[in-house]
Amino acid sequence: MAFKQPVIDTSPKVSDEIRQTTCYMCACRCGINVHMKDGKVAYIEGNRDHPVNKGVLCAKGSAGIMQVNAPSRLQAPMKRVGPRGSGEFETISWDEAMDIAVGWLKPIRENDPEKLAFFTGRDQSQSFTGFWAQNYGTPNFAAHGGFCSVNMAAAGIYTMGGAFWEFGQPDWDHTKLFLLFGVAEDHDSNPIKMGISKVKANGGRIVGVNPIRSGYNAVADDWVGITPGTDGLFILSLVHELMRAGKIDLDYLARYTNAPVLVNGDEKSPEFGLFLRDKDGKELVIDKNTGKLAPFDQKGVRPDLSATHRAKGITHRPVMHMMAERYLDKEYAPENVAERCGISAERIKTIAAEIARVAFDEAFELDHEWTDFRGETHKTMIGRPVSFHSMRGISAHSNGFQTARALHVLQILLGTVEVPGGFRFKPPYPKPVSAHPKPHCKVTPGAPLNGPHLGYVTGPDDLMYKDDGTPARIDKAFTWENPMSAHGLMHMVISNVHAGDPYKIDTLFMYMANMSWNSSMNTSGVMKMLTDQDENGDYVIPRIIYSDAYSSEMVAYADLILPDTTYLERHDCISLLDRPICEADAAADAIRWPVIEPDREVRGFQSVLVDLGARLGMNGFVNEDGSAKYKDYADYIVNHERKPGIGPLAGFRGKDGDQFGRGDVNPDQIDRYIENGGFAVNHIPEGANYYKPWNNAYQDWAVGVGIFDKPEPYLFQLYVEPLRKFQLAAEGHGDRQPPEHLRERVKETMDPLPIWYAPFEDSHVDPEEYPVHALTQRPMAMYHSWGTQNAWLRQLYGRNPMYLPTDIWEKHGFEDGDWAEITSAHGSITVPVMLMASLNASTIWTWNAIGKRKGAWALSEDAPEATKGFLLNHIIHELLPPKADGMRWTNSDPVTGQAAWFDLRVKIRKTAALAEVDPSFPPIKSPVGQGPKDIAWKVGK
Amino acid sequence: MTQLPTSTDKKLGLVIDLDTCVGCHACVISCKGWNTENYGAPLADVDAYGANPVGSFLNRVHSYEVQPESGPSQLVHFPKSCLHCEDAPCVPVCPTGASYKRSEDGIVLVNEDACIGCGLCAWACPYGAREMDPTAGVMKKCTLCVDRIYNENLPEEDRIPSCVRTCPSGARHFGDFADPNSNVSKLVAERGGMDLMPEMGTKPVNKYLPPRIKDTLNTAGTCGELETVSEDATGFLGWLDKALEKL
Amino acid sequence: MHPAPSVILFSSLSGLGFGLLFWLGLGFPNVEGLVAFVFFAIAYALAVGGLIASTFHLGHPERALGAFTQWKTSWLSREAWMSVGALVFMGLYAAALVFLNNHIPVLGFIGAAFSLATVYTTSMIYGQLKTVPRWNMSLTSPMFLTISVAGGALIAGQITAALILLVIAGLVQVAYWVSGDKAFANSGTDMASATGLGNIGSVTAFEPPHTGTNYLLKEMVHVIGRKHALKLRVIALILMVVLPVVLLLLSQNHFVALVAAVSHLIGVMASRWLFFAEAEHVVGLYYGKR
Ligand SMILES: Nc1nc2c(c(=O)[nH]1)N[C@H]1C(S)=C(S)[C@@H](COP(=O)(O)OP(=O)(O)OC[C@H]3O[C@@H](n4cnc5c(=O)[nH]c(N)nc54)[C@H](O)[C@@H]3O)O[C@H]1N2
Ligand SMILES: Nc1nc2c(c(=O)[nH]1)N[C@H]1C(S)=C(S)[C@@H](COP(=O)(O)OP(=O)(O)OC[C@H]3O[C@@H](n4cnc5c(=O)[nH]c(N)nc54)[C@H](O)[C@@H]3O)O[C@H]1N2
Ligand code: SF4
Ligand code: SF4
Ligand code: SF4
Ligand code: SF4
Ligand code: SF4
Ligand SMILES: [Mo]
Repeated sequence: MAFKQPVIDTSPKVSDEIRQTTCYMCACRCGINVHMKDGKVAYIEGNRDHPVNKGVLCAKGSAGIMQVNAPSRLQAPMKRVGPRGSGEFETISWDEAMDIAVGWLKPIRENDPEKLAFFTGRDQSQSFTGFWAQNYGTPNFAAHGGFCSVNMAAAGIYTMGGAFWEFGQPDWDHTKLFLLFGVAEDHDSNPIKMGISKVKANGGRIVGVNPIRSGYNAVADDWVGITPGTDGLFILSLVHELMRAGKIDLDYLARYTNAPVLVNGDEKSPEFGLFLRDKDGKELVIDKNTGKLAPFDQKGVRPDLSATHRAKGITHRPVMHMMAERYLDKEYAPENVAERCGISAERIKTIAAEIARVAFDEAFELDHEWTDFRGETHKTMIGRPVSFHSMRGISAHSNGFQTARALHVLQILLGTVEVPGGFRFKPPYPKPVSAHPKPHCKVTPGAPLNGPHLGYVTGPDDLMYKDDGTPARIDKAFTWENPMSAHGLMHMVISNVHAGDPYKIDTLFMYMANMSWNSSMNTSGVMKMLTDQDENGDYVIPRIIYSDAYSSEMVAYADLILPDTTYLERHDCISLLDRPICEADAAADAIRWPVIEPDREVRGFQSVLVDLGARLGMNGFVNEDGSAKYKDYADYIVNHERKPGIGPLAGFRGKDGDQFGRGDVNPDQIDRYIENGGFAVNHIPEGANYYKPWNNAYQDWAVGVGIFDKPEPYLFQLYVEPLRKFQLAAEGHGDRQPPEHLRERVKETMDPLPIWYAPFEDSHVDPEEYPVHALTQRPMAMYHSWGTQNAWLRQLYGRNPMYLPTDIWEKHGFEDGDWAEITSAHGSITVPVMLMASLNASTIWTWNAIGKRKGAWALSEDAPEATKGFLLNHIIHELLPPKADGMRWTNSDPVTGQAAWFDLRVKIRKTAALAEVDPSFPPIKSPVGQGPKDIAWKVGK
Repeated sequence: MTQLPTSTDKKLGLVIDLDTCVGCHACVISCKGWNTENYGAPLADVDAYGANPVGSFLNRVHSYEVQPESGPSQLVHFPKSCLHCEDAPCVPVCPTGASYKRSEDGIVLVNEDACIGCGLCAWACPYGAREMDPTAGVMKKCTLCVDRIYNENLPEEDRIPSCVRTCPSGARHFGDFADPNSNVSKLVAERGGMDLMPEMGTKPVNKYLPPRIKDTLNTAGTCGELETVSEDATGFLGWLDKALEKL
Repeated sequence: MHPAPSVILFSSLSGLGFGLLFWLGLGFPNVEGLVAFVFFAIAYALAVGGLIASTFHLGHPERALGAFTQWKTSWLSREAWMSVGALVFMGLYAAALVFLNNHIPVLGFIGAAFSLATVYTTSMIYGQLKTVPRWNMSLTSPMFLTISVAGGALIAGQITAALILLVIAGLVQVAYWVSGDKAFANSGTDMASATGLGNIGSVTAFEPPHTGTNYLLKEMVHVIGRKHALKLRVIALILMVVLPVVLLLLSQNHFVALVAAVSHLIGVMASRWLFFAEAEHVVGLYYGKR
């Protein structure tokens, strides 16, 4: 008998329907096709037409179906009945929940709005939550940027009007040499992967600068296993080499940067180090054509990089002179930084030479004519195929702001920003500091705050102090401790609220941040603060409202839980006013919409805020007659206007839905987005898509789509004058000066030209005693704490060993299966270890946010995440150990307040294996029970 | 009989590029999602939220460290699913005929209705490409998405395996190795595509592209140390003036 | 490989059962009636018991009939046929002996041949697997066969044959172990060939694909300590060969023979446990384990 192949159906029906929306298994915001069967989610794939992911999808995105069905989803509003932290709750109705919330929030708003601290974590609706908080009237609002990567954002904005992060990208199509500093995954998860593959396909070279050679660094052609915290030194050494060899783009520097801008050189002057400006405040340069002073943007001016200007006995020198003076110093010679950076001098030289070779010898031209802001028309666009990208590896250090600045300065010296082959901004960037708001903190009971909370300060006058000289904000953002804290300092909120420093708070309202666990430093301390009681037995932090979608560790610490929907059950708006999904060649934004209806008593949190705003009678949320202005968030998205014609969504505006950016409200807008796959794109015309800050065509396009009100060409700031203003104050000028204990630090760290200084922890703990650097990395397949509740993803990363380099492994005689005690100046953990050879010899690391508290996330209490998984956060403190003067500095960057997660130093001791990692905390009672034992289902059956 | 076809019309399979795979596991989960919902029994997970979750997967991503004679250690991410071997040992061992290789395209499949779950085929596979489903009790393996690649309900561009469609790094390629002009044949020729465990004689259809040579930017001289125009600021400014004149 | 009790039981019991059937088929001991019944009952209990045990590890035992279809290629399918052949022919032969007191040697010879073939096909299920170098050796079948025939002789009361065969089986077993220890290394399969990365440098496994376990690890990766294995080998050899031989040489009464048989069976089980536990599947290389 001959074998008969079974007949199989090779064309089964895939689904009943595809609904296109935006992924939110992380902040990358890819487009997804949600295949539906019988009204349920059956399969999720990438949307090929989507600007972000072009069809691809990461592991998390594909696992969305398990998130939407996760047993950890909160079911209904809850009121705490047991002690804080126990996890004992009573389910209540939405009516009761809203009554409680209004009962707490109304009196605060009417009497003392600052007694509400409203902090939102990883959400992507900050333009909306900020609007809500502003109308509530509290100065105490921020999102997660302070513990995330504000160094990256602020250094980018101050230097070149836009940052890496998700605000720009390498010109993947043209770049030939791509240097990646300190990135494991980043927000642009899929685009970076697609880009890397493009660079490789084009025969380009990728250099990974990272103490750890995994992920992107594993596929890099060359790996630079740098010692943590020393990138600034390495970068400035590259700058030294390039300047020494004259391998810098002089034409670019003269035209588009403040290298030719003249700086006051009079040491005694209160203007010392400030720019020479004309009476309109325009920076002055020497025009090569005339040899005379001229405002930088005057038509036809050819700024001179070299000429100095002497007036009234004061010499004004161009920034270029100051840079030469600083960076040609032997201090930055490869030989002098090699040991500190853990990179040989030869290697540094080779890398510098390769950068120079590709930037200049492989330069090319694109045939796009364009006209610059001085009116000069260029026949072509010059391409320099070297690009850089960087993220928390450099920014999550206490020298991160200056290091990120150094990297930007390096790119700019090479002339590789906003040129073909280099780094490119994505709209709404580039945008100079002047086009950003400044922070506001003026509180009026019962009325809105006097302006947006967050922004970019340009000098001591912009700092946020009350009249009595105490910090205006609970997180002490925009104070001398961290003047440029553009994203606030969410990581300091709980400890400041607990300490009543600078003042007491009544209600802490948080959203989407797991603050009792993986997003806090000093985890056990934070749990204590959240549960601490005063002498009367009242909680020191009186009230906590929290919105989460899942049974996270933080839920147990709230008094009132407002359960959110999952990402497939609600409306969301990924807005150009906020963090949109643009590309270097296009403006784009997107929505989420309920592709399924919630099957629980949950509500989209933004809709809850809309409702609360109306119940509290807040401006912006009620009509003249006091009635609610918006039915829900979807209604807000469509009908809210920030400025006339500009609303949360840029696409399909106007009566006919044919306008982008500016246009009247279109009641069908959301439907049009849905029809279009959940997003809207508007392409930048060819010829306008490079040299954006100086390209008239781009500026006009940007005004047209509502990004600017008028063209805003500007110069890249190699030398950042606002920094100098803070420094001047520290040197004793002006009436707002730093307190004595910070004076030296401000002087040292707020240098207007990039510098490198050792991470603070190095000088607060003994590097001899704590010789090892300890880091975390994001696993590509897990999003912070969320991945764990996902039955598929948790099998990939169910626990996280501490990876040790060969040297340490052998020195301590470790073997497979061993455990170690890892001790910092702050505390110890005892955890399993594993060997990794592709690792900097003085660095150990683990995956971030895998460790879980027992009882959370609907997992069993003996889940490996709880018994073998751990957080490094237990041994990172929000304060550094006291110095001789007894003062405790925050473990943050002194410029921006960015949490310095990666400054951590530890020592290691081999120990016997434990049954469970140490520390282990008592279980939380799960408010959602535990997930089912086995799962095997097909939606279609 | 589960005799192997002497030859197949097409040889469909995957090329996996070890030079670009970043180890993101997207292919793993996309595969799990598609194949749970489609061909055969759903891919189950037991103790899904408990202490010892174990599910069946058709594709898993390993990682290895390689220590060259000199230079730093390298890390290689290594996805692995069924290689649809030409001489597939997993087929003839099957007592029921459930395990077979399709004569038209060479895809190796399990007919789950006939499978008794003896596990022998998994023993016979050198690559660990077969896993017994923990609840259905039948053998699961990569189907090369046979229910996608010919599926007329999918747009033509989507008639590729789920893992290939999803891979963000473009590290997975699908095609016909019997056609020397196919994308996959060309990649194999250009990049020296290799077999895993060639000594096993399985003649895998899937090929792996080896990582490119790494860490060549090692010492000054490789691409020429930069020449000095000036060692100090004064000299630099002199050079600057000269250079500017040329601009 | 995972030493699953079901496969250990199966291969030891059925090996012994078919070994006994082999002897009975040849007419040793030459018995009839009730005595024959007892002998056949024991043989069937062992052989069938073993076969039943083997179905415990099937995902779908109810479909087991399908396993008869692929005799052209599958040793498992062949084993199914051989065992049925053995049981049928030996059944007819036994029925004639027990109920008709009729000795039909042809049936016995055919049954005996099938019995041996069954053991051979069983051994080939393992022996064919290139993926398990320790099994993929020319000594695998002789090892199964000599143990089966020796054990059969022992239970069949063929003392002299048993003594000789036990010693031979013991020697084959030792030879199997000795060459087995070199099998993996000699197979030419290692991390370098498994990953194809060998020409870059020396390869070690870093992170496993999943932090938890999986079917492959549970089924095919079993790590046992060298010292532990050596101890077990000694115990297996003593129980399977040395003790029975010594006992049989000392005395030949029924009780002693029973003790010898039980000792042998336990020894065989220990040997089979090792057969699985020591066998390393090449897939372990992908997990950095072997
Ligand atoms: N050691 C160490 N610690 C770190 C870092 C590090 O690198 N190392 N990184 C830091 C950084 S950069 C960040 S950004 C933080 C991140 O830390 P968190 O912002 O705390 O991150 P998540 O774990 O994502 O927690 C967010 C919470 O949002 C909830 N959530 C998820 N989806 C929804 C939803 O749809 N609605 C609502 N309402 N809630 C939802 C989750 O259940 C979870 O409780 O961690 C910081 N912590
Ligand atoms: N899959 C996934 N994607 C995510 C997230 C997630 O949780 N999961 N989180 C999102 C969030 S909130 C953020 S902020 C981004 C962060 O994205 P990344 O910036 O990629 O964040 P980390 O994973 O913290 O990686 C930091 C990297 O810097 C390296 N590093 C540490 N110190 C140094 C140093 O001194 N020098 C250099 N050169 N490198 C160093 C570490 O080894 C690590 O590779 O990712 C976002 N994307
Ligand atoms: S990167 Fe992954 S999780 Fe993040 S939005 Fe894209 S598909 Fe979703
Ligand atoms: S990889 Fe394994 S399962 Fe796939 S055809 Fe080859 S031997 Fe069979
Ligand atoms: S497990 Fe199924 S497919 Fe595999 S050999 Fe047994 S019957 Fe055949
Ligand atoms: S081809 Fe299909 S079945 Fe095979 S690994 Fe890829 S997604 Fe999974
Ligand atoms: S999806 Fe692509 S890059 Fe990611 S692990 Fe799979 S093959 Fe590698
Ligand atoms: Mo972050």
